[in-house]
Amino acid sequence: MSESTKKSKNVRWAEPPKIGFAEALYLPAIAQGIATTVKHLVAGKPMTRQYPEVEPNIPLNYRGVHRLNRDDQGRVKCVACFLCQTACPANCITIEATGTSKDDPQWSDRDKYPASFVIDELRCIYCGMCEEACPVDAIELTSIYDLTGLTREQMIFDKEKLLSVYDATVQSGKDPIRTHRGQLGPASEPASEAAGSPPPPGGGLRGG
Amino acid sequence: MLEWQNIWPLLVAMGIVLAVVPIVGLYMTFVERKIAAWIQDRVGPNRVGPLGLFQAIADGIKIFLKEQIVPNHVNRFVYFTAPTIGLMCAMLSIAVVPFGPADPNDQQGFRAIIAPGVDIGLLFLLAISSLSAYGIILGGWASNNKYSLFGAIRSCAQFISYEIPLGLSILGIVMIAGSLNIEQLVAAQGPGIAYWNVWWQPLAALLFFTAALAETNRLPFDLPECEQELVGGFHTEYSGIKFVLFFLAEYTHLVTVSFLTVLLFFGGWHFPGLTGPVDSSVAGYLLRWLVLLVKVGMVVAVIIQLRWTLPRFRFDQLMGLAWRGMIPLGLLNLAVVIVTLSLDIPRWWLAPVTVAFLLMAAALNAKSVADRSRQLATSRDRGPAAIG
Repeated sequence: MSESTKKSKNVRWAEPPKIGFAEALYLPAIAQGIATTVKHLVAGKPMTRQYPEVEPNIPLNYRGVHRLNRDDQGRVKCVACFLCQTACPANCITIEATGTSKDDPQWSDRDKYPASFVIDELRCIYCGMCEEACPVDAIELTSIYDLTGLTREQMIFDKEKLLSVYDATVQSGKDPIRTHRGQLGPASEPASEAAGSPPPPGGGLRGG
Repeated sequence: MLEWQNIWPLLVAMGIVLAVVPIVGLYMTFVERKIAAWIQDRVGPNRVGPLGLFQAIADGIKIFLKEQIVPNHVNRFVYFTAPTIGLMCAMLSIAVVPFGPADPNDQQGFRAIIAPGVDIGLLFLLAISSLSAYGIILGGWASNNKYSLFGAIRSCAQFISYEIPLGLSILGIVMIAGSLNIEQLVAAQGPGIAYWNVWWQPLAALLFFTAALAETNRLPFDLPECEQELVGGFHTEYSGIKFVLFFLAEYTHLVTVSFLTVLLFFGGWHFPGLTGPVDSSVAGYLLRWLVLLVKVGMVVAVIIQLRWTLPRFRFDQLMGLAWRGMIPLGLLNLAVVIVTLSLDIPRWWLAPVTVAFLLMAAALNAKSVADRSRQLATSRDRGPAAIG
């Protein structure tokens, strides 16, 4: 029975390693180990990144803190359509919409705008669903990973705070506005006004 | 006998030891972390103070300010005395170890040893360090916890098993030098580097170093400690200062054992060009002190580095190594020294003969392992009845 299993081609026998004279003496293996260790001790380069003096390399499309984009007139782009609030898996966005009137000089081309836009950054799971859902490129996730607060209340960002994140990051070069170049609706503007950043590769939605 | 002029060297030596040993124990935690980090391609603590040098002080302050938790179910008297006993034995054994150049003929003035002229120095040292097993066993017992007791018993079994090779390995040197006094043993390694004991007794040096690593529960023999990380062991119920006392006892033991390795085998403070402990100049004295400390530092660094190089022994492998490997080799070493000294054979042949015994032991070990694996292969192929 064992002979046939030994000769069978589907069975691979794993033998324990042979203990020869050198292994039974222990010392050659110990010397080899010490040589490796001494090599690292004397000639090894540490791989430690000394944070916070050296910041990590944040890749493109990193999902950090949110921001609300402004349009070319400095108003908030968001049209209070509630798509992001609906898409959010963590239920961290709370919007209150306000209707506009036709004779309001600032908001005459919009139906609605958000009176209050609150994101609880501590509930957020930073999945980016809100950014994907937004039809007017109003909400985006930046590459800021270290915006923190001292209390839970401080980390519930309202509209002004989110707009301030925009003001801080739009010129930094690391977070270009990822806009679809006027293909989406009246609140998203064409390429020439999109805060000076080049169009995304492929030309955005529908290649425009 | 108790006049001031006889007492003051003792008090100064005691003061030095009591001041330096806890600080050294504390800084060894830092040194160990740094060496471990460099071996692992990291940097280690470098934030507290320049190059992280104040990290040890921060650790010390943290330990002293920790909340003292005494569990309800422990045996209170033994619980508090166990770490004290451990540290006491570790500190007592330093009394006969010279921590600087010390001449056995020097009777006056400051000597770099707390108890000079103790003619049974090594015997005292071995006896006192055997008492450290008490600290471990009482710690495990007081914890009133079967896992602690089990870990403590394993640690104790390891401790007493490796005391025998420790003693056997030193006997050869003692016979060659003719004295148990450590100062005499260092003086006998006198005139040059060719007289260091490690050339005449390499096998004994290896046995001593290995047994010393096992005595201090240091990798590769730290199974009781690692079990303590995993299960419990005698450290479990201890926190704060009581734990630090155990810890300090271990590091003190480590430093003592490094001192002994250097003093007994590597010539102590002797260095080519600088021999003899007493020179008429202060500079010579201090230079010898520096040489001794550098040698001890190198041994400590090797011990710390071995921890991050070798995997640990399993408990049965550990006991097998002691009882079936090191004790027979120690006895053979002793027999060779006795034969050499009584028949007046030139001493240079001690080294090759003892090393030959070591190689024979390795060959026997390899043969027995090969026989056993061949037996196992036979039983696998032809059934268990095929053996024998």
